[in-house]
Amino acid sequence: MTDTTNTGPVLAADGTPLKKSLARALRVQKTRALMLIAPLLVFVLISFIIPIGQMLFRSVENGIVEETLPDTIPLLVQWDASTGELPGEEIFAAMAQDLIVAVEAKKHTRLGSRLNYEQSGISSLFRKSGRAIKKWDPVADAPFKEKFIDVHEGWGELDTWRTIQTHARRVTPGYYLSAIDMRLTPDGVAAQPEDKRILIRLFVRTILLSLVIMGSCILLGYPVAWLLANLPPRKANVLMILVLLPFWTSLLVRTSAWKVMLQQQGVINDVLVWLGLVDDANRLIMINNQTGTIIAMTHILLPFMILPMYSVMQTIQPTYLRAAKSLGATNWTAFWRVYFPQSIPGIGAGSILVFILSIGYYITPEIVGGTKGVFISNRIAYHISSSLNWGLAAALATILLVLVLGLYWCYDKIVGIDNVKLG
Amino acid sequence: MKLTTTLLASAALAVSAGASFAGSHMASEMTIVSWGGAYSKSQLKAYHEPYSEMTGVTILNDDSSPEGVPKLRAMNEAGNITWDVVDLEAADNIRACDEGLIIEIDPDVHLAPAPDGTLASVDFGDQLVSPCYIPTIVYSTTFGYRTDLVPAGVEPPTGACDVFDLEKYPGKRALNKRPIANMEWALLCDGVAYEDVYDALETDEGLARAFAKLDTIKDQTIWWSAAAEPIQLLADGEIFMGSSYNGRLFSMIVEQNQPVDMAWDWQMFDLDGWAVPAGLSPEREARALDYIRFSSDTQRLADQAAYISYGPARASSAPLVGQHAELGIEMAPHMPTDPANAQNTFLNNYEWWADYRDDIDAQFNAWLAR
Repeated sequence: MTDTTNTGPVLAADGTPLKKSLARALRVQKTRALMLIAPLLVFVLISFIIPIGQMLFRSVENGIVEETLPDTIPLLVQWDASTGELPGEEIFAAMAQDLIVAVEAKKHTRLGSRLNYEQSGISSLFRKSGRAIKKWDPVADAPFKEKFIDVHEGWGELDTWRTIQTHARRVTPGYYLSAIDMRLTPDGVAAQPEDKRILIRLFVRTILLSLVIMGSCILLGYPVAWLLANLPPRKANVLMILVLLPFWTSLLVRTSAWKVMLQQQGVINDVLVWLGLVDDANRLIMINNQTGTIIAMTHILLPFMILPMYSVMQTIQPTYLRAAKSLGATNWTAFWRVYFPQSIPGIGAGSILVFILSIGYYITPEIVGGTKGVFISNRIAYHISSSLNWGLAAALATILLVLVLGLYWCYDKIVGIDNVKLG
Repeated sequence: MKLTTTLLASAALAVSAGASFAGSHMASEMTIVSWGGAYSKSQLKAYHEPYSEMTGVTILNDDSSPEGVPKLRAMNEAGNITWDVVDLEAADNIRACDEGLIIEIDPDVHLAPAPDGTLASVDFGDQLVSPCYIPTIVYSTTFGYRTDLVPAGVEPPTGACDVFDLEKYPGKRALNKRPIANMEWALLCDGVAYEDVYDALETDEGLARAFAKLDTIKDQTIWWSAAAEPIQLLADGEIFMGSSYNGRLFSMIVEQNQPVDMAWDWQMFDLDGWAVPAGLSPEREARALDYIRFSSDTQRLADQAAYISYGPARASSAPLVGQHAELGIEMAPHMPTDPANAQNTFLNNYEWWADYRDDIDAQFNAWLAR
């Protein structure tokens, strides 16, 4: 009777309600777990997520125009370019004011480089004008319109001003448009001129070559993985070392070794000529082109295909094959209908690894790819370290990331990600 | 006797204390950026080793000069300067100076005068092409070819225009993976007059003409980004002829006895020299300037010419250039400025390239990728 009348909460031994006490215990556990992973979390956050976030931000950020020309831009935004007349003296004076400050701080060349991405010629316009503007006085030297056009005829062209006007906004889709061979012109979005359209071609080439590399890795890796899984352990171990040894060797060393092997006066050509298979005058060209990239990258990525395949094949019971054969299957039927379907998860895992690794590969194509065998990542590297067009590099990298995620999604829909086994 | 010892000892102490004080306001380690290969070796022998010996400074070498300006820009943007002294060619130096990436150096304040007392600004003269520049060498970009691959009965190539003649000289070529020099040669060998080359390159038609000329050999060309690459390609017999810097070709021909010879015609003259990045701490900047004062004096510049066939940038160094330090051969006939080698030369227009590099780099790279 007393039990039913006592409707208060269940209490723990120390008198606090059990629910509360339990929640506290769980919280302590969670904090402890969080503390354990905290170093990793902080590391990932600092070294991975924040830089990626910054790069993504860079792909649309365009504050430089407004920051370098704070007086000019508000006036220029109101200028109506469709009249076909140059901006008035007011805008030229503001531009002189801004540029005198910018030249003093040596910032005008950066703006020139930025605008040059959109219209070639602007970089040299800013650099040349900078030397003259350095000597100007913002008050005494007015009016400026004639002076500007005297310094460089580019200031008298409508296109220069329209380009500055178009790219004055702080957030721009310009880099993404450039990344897909389009551009933002004063008249709206348009295709790049024919001779500058290279990025789509590079994306397509990257995907096609990655597929070829993935395919050749499957063809070469499958028999090796099968041998590894079916040889007696002693022999399998030796073979395993042969697979792993190149895997442990520096990537750069292996790539450079391929250079020695593949070049026209290299080992392979020398042997072929010595055997009389190839005429000395017509040595094979296997490097500084797509062939070089495919051969070197297939070799380098092969372990990433063999290892997942091997770990899956190890789990396939040999009794299944024997059972199939005892039921009258030929060797081929037994392999194709019984063994192969069970090894597909390994192929899937290896293919995803190899494909995703190769789509972002940079150093090997750079060394053996010449101009025809380079990937989109080489272009990204070029924009990061040579042209310093970080906005475009960020846009290209983002597109590549989305592309990989999209392909991953397709793979999941077609094959099913549950079918992938890494071991 | 005892007194003198004490005096001497205390004097020695005072001197060493003074020396260590003088040293303590300068960094004890510095990173010097240069071009690698035979050129860095000549700097090591002529500048780094004596300087380290004299001051005890540790010098780290970085071969990043081919990408000097972009990397300086990136460091500047990141606010973390890791270089102390950078070797740049003239056009790159003018660009970096315009952008405030490197500091201005007054030659008469920071550089040693010539032995006869001539001020550095006079001794360097016209070579001081930018207020941030301390030139050390005059070099040229020119061609080397394999003597054993010249087709029978054909005259060996003499210069840059032979690189475009695939019929007469079949085989692969190597060219620098950047527009400087290649664009000029393309126009020059297509019949544009010497004095019109840069005017033509300012127009779309001129650019198109240069690219069209380069198109004729594009399939046969291997593009290099480090000057040691064409040397290796020539040594392997991978290419028939290739452009490189004359000092690299010299070291391959004379020091390594490779079957290679020079094709000097229309060699492209340029300057190379020191710059100091902006934004260094006072200790590091003092060290960098001290190093530059040492390594750009008359004797040091002449010393470098004993290791590699580049002309010293100081007028007062020229008479001191003698023989190769190890082989004992006369250096003068191997210098790009020797009259026999300099019948037709092309002077790189640094200012023009400083202005147009952004434009033409972008188009050149798009052309390469096509």
